[in-house]
Amino acid sequence: MKRQHIDKGVHSGFFLIALFSITALFLIMVFLFIESIPVFDHITIKEFIFGKYWYPTDDPADFGILALITGSVCVTLLSGMIAIPLGIMTAVYLAEIAPPKVAQIVKPVVELMASMPSVVIGFFAIVVVAPFIQKVFNIPVGLNMFNASLMLAFMAIPTICSISEDAVFCVPSALKEASFALGATHFETIIKVIIPAALSGICTAVILGLSRAIGETMVVLMAAGGAAMIPGSIFDPVRPLPATIAAEMAEAAFGSEHYHALFAIGLVLFGFTFIFNLVADYISYKFRQTGEASL
Amino acid sequence: MIKKRLMFQKLSFSMIKAAAWINGAALAIMVYYIVSRGWRAISWEFLTQVPRDSMTAGGIFPCIVGTLALCSVTLFVALPVGVASAIYLNEYATRGKLVRLIRLGINNLAGVPSIVFGLFGLAFFCIVLKMGVSVASGGLTLGIMTLPVIIGATEEALKAVPDTFREASLAMGATKWQTIRKVVLPAAFPGILTGSILGISRAAGETAPIMYTGAVFFTPNLPSSLFDEVMALPYHIYVLATAGTQIEITRPLQYGTALVLIGLVFGMNLTAIILRAKMRKKLRI
Amino acid sequence: MERHIKMYTENLDFFYGNSQALHDISIDFDENRVTALIGPSGCGKSTYLRCLNRMNDLIPNIKVKGRAMLDKKDIYDPSLDVVTLRRRVGMVFQKPNPFPKSIFENIAYGLKVNGVKDKAEITRIVEKSLKQAAIWDEVKDRLNESALGLSGGQQQRLCIARALAVAPEVLLMDEPASALDPIATQKIEELIAELSSRLTIIIVTHNMQQAARVSDRTAFFYLGKLIELNDTDTLFTKPELKQTEDYITGRFG
Repeated sequence: MKRQHIDKGVHSGFFLIALFSITALFLIMVFLFIESIPVFDHITIKEFIFGKYWYPTDDPADFGILALITGSVCVTLLSGMIAIPLGIMTAVYLAEIAPPKVAQIVKPVVELMASMPSVVIGFFAIVVVAPFIQKVFNIPVGLNMFNASLMLAFMAIPTICSISEDAVFCVPSALKEASFALGATHFETIIKVIIPAALSGICTAVILGLSRAIGETMVVLMAAGGAAMIPGSIFDPVRPLPATIAAEMAEAAFGSEHYHALFAIGLVLFGFTFIFNLVADYISYKFRQTGEASL
Repeated sequence: MIKKRLMFQKLSFSMIKAAAWINGAALAIMVYYIVSRGWRAISWEFLTQVPRDSMTAGGIFPCIVGTLALCSVTLFVALPVGVASAIYLNEYATRGKLVRLIRLGINNLAGVPSIVFGLFGLAFFCIVLKMGVSVASGGLTLGIMTLPVIIGATEEALKAVPDTFREASLAMGATKWQTIRKVVLPAAFPGILTGSILGISRAAGETAPIMYTGAVFFTPNLPSSLFDEVMALPYHIYVLATAGTQIEITRPLQYGTALVLIGLVFGMNLTAIILRAKMRKKLRI
Repeated sequence: MERHIKMYTENLDFFYGNSQALHDISIDFDENRVTALIGPSGCGKSTYLRCLNRMNDLIPNIKVKGRAMLDKKDIYDPSLDVVTLRRRVGMVFQKPNPFPKSIFENIAYGLKVNGVKDKAEITRIVEKSLKQAAIWDEVKDRLNESALGLSGGQQQRLCIARALAVAPEVLLMDEPASALDPIATQKIEELIAELSSRLTIIIVTHNMQQAARVSDRTAFFYLGKLIELNDTDTLFTKPELKQTEDYITGRFG
């Protein structure tokens, strides 16, 4: 009977290890909370979120992150405007239009885009994109919201593309054939049958892509210009949430108010992505393709 | 008019095709700049020497070693935990509330911003566990970040193993664990390998999680234990490109370091992509 | 002649979630005889077969009622070890499913997991099993090559050899020839006849000629119920029920 006992032990062992991920997530939340709480001895949550001034090293210091939130939201939306159409169109191209041989080349390209280290993208933004923008638009600085959004779009496209492609690919071919049999062209079938059928997957893709963009650190740290103010145009420099944490953690003394404020920013950022992920998870769980008739 | 509809289709398809090629062009331009300017900086000395003259000359050897050390710790943590989690989710418990909760946790962990991992690593590994800024802290932080990638890839590999293999093994009186160990895992091994390479390549390129947990601005020493701080390729690029007064002078070094980093990361990715393509071909026969 | 009943089920019901797939099935299986289960697709014959080595346990949300006995012991008794049960009740599947290992390793697998360590013993049993499955002459020179290089018919005989290696007392066969060509099918049928002298065989088939050729007794299933159980000769020549007659003469199914 010995190996049957081993089997039971192994089962329990795997179960315990499987709990590791959720424990880690839980610990992350706990530590963000613990390290954030002290800052709220000094200011209220409302002042923190809606305060317009972020002067963490002044005396007395200001810890209002509205400008930082605005910066994050603006770069994310602008990058979304670029990445969403490009990502979805690439997905449709790969799943529906491209000849298999071409798709075999384009897919690895998308994967390599995804694997490009963010610091290299940030570096590219500084040395190539910034001077280019400066010249073309005739503006004083090339490190701004527009530059950062372009770079973030580059990072979000692979996420949007690969998840959308899965969704488009999983649309049952019976639906497609039915549309063809009624005399629709391939393009009409894509727009009126395939994309609606894949819509929940595409939504998940977009949410996860934007979630990746809002949480991305190095690109916005290096390319966005770093001014903690509410932007007036897309060529203004901004300072998104992750960039603030990354840039200031080195100078914030351990245990200081500033240190705790940066953790509080981390908590806000975590909140954003957590909600994005829950929504994405909900959509993909609720609208699972369960049959050909689940439109 | 069918002709008009087909014309419209042709036009739309060209647009979609153009969109796909824009991505390729963006990647190509980026790689072109870094390769064309970086390769001049690359030399044997660059790869094997320590930085000199306040990092305006010399090489990046400590960064390469540091990144490899961080990746080793990452793999050491993420691979066993990731594979075991995936085995549990795919072989033992495929449904139920708890499983759904675990999956939700993994999905959310995958979405946590990299800088938040950095904050967590700083607060937990460096301070609470008193490991300080070290290879261990940085590697563990990266390990948790890489976990969802490895779980996902392993699950995919396990799903690709036909159920009839499992049934045949069980029907001969093998236990579940024997079946997993001797039939399922060997068949899934190439897929797990591919996923691990992808996970590690991602960890190798990350900066934010290690900025305050493992990597430092400058240290001439190579790590001699897990609790030493290290230099790392991605952080080195960031430091050279943004901090200090010599930004313009060290441009070639920045390009060179960036080239080494993408060489490392793309090398791993291409290996994984090729491995996977070969595997798929094999499965089809 | 006195009958030895190796295995039987009594009033066996089977549920997938809330839908009942098997209703009140009672069959007894004679030792060292071949029993065929026939019926149209979806009639529950495969589900029933998989109840006999508890292979259905792998599916979530199932429920079994009634009794299934092997040598007068209930195989659904909680104290019974399912791993041992499956060693005693072997199975051959619809599609040949050799492991992606060498021919030798495929056969040796069952021995190794069941704790046989002696190399000479393993080699001896591998050869014996391959001979029993009438495939030894075709593979003896390539034992270390991948089993995936064999033809479909050879793979299926290899799978039978693999099942025989752990010396089962009962062998369940789930449409073992349905994926094979007529010549390979004939070989499998000859093999079944050969094996039935020392093994209790229960075979599911949708091919009535095959049932008539290989089996001693035949059970006809329809819509999850056992319609008729009889000696094969009787069932195919003088069925007791109209429904059975309609099916075997091809009027439905």
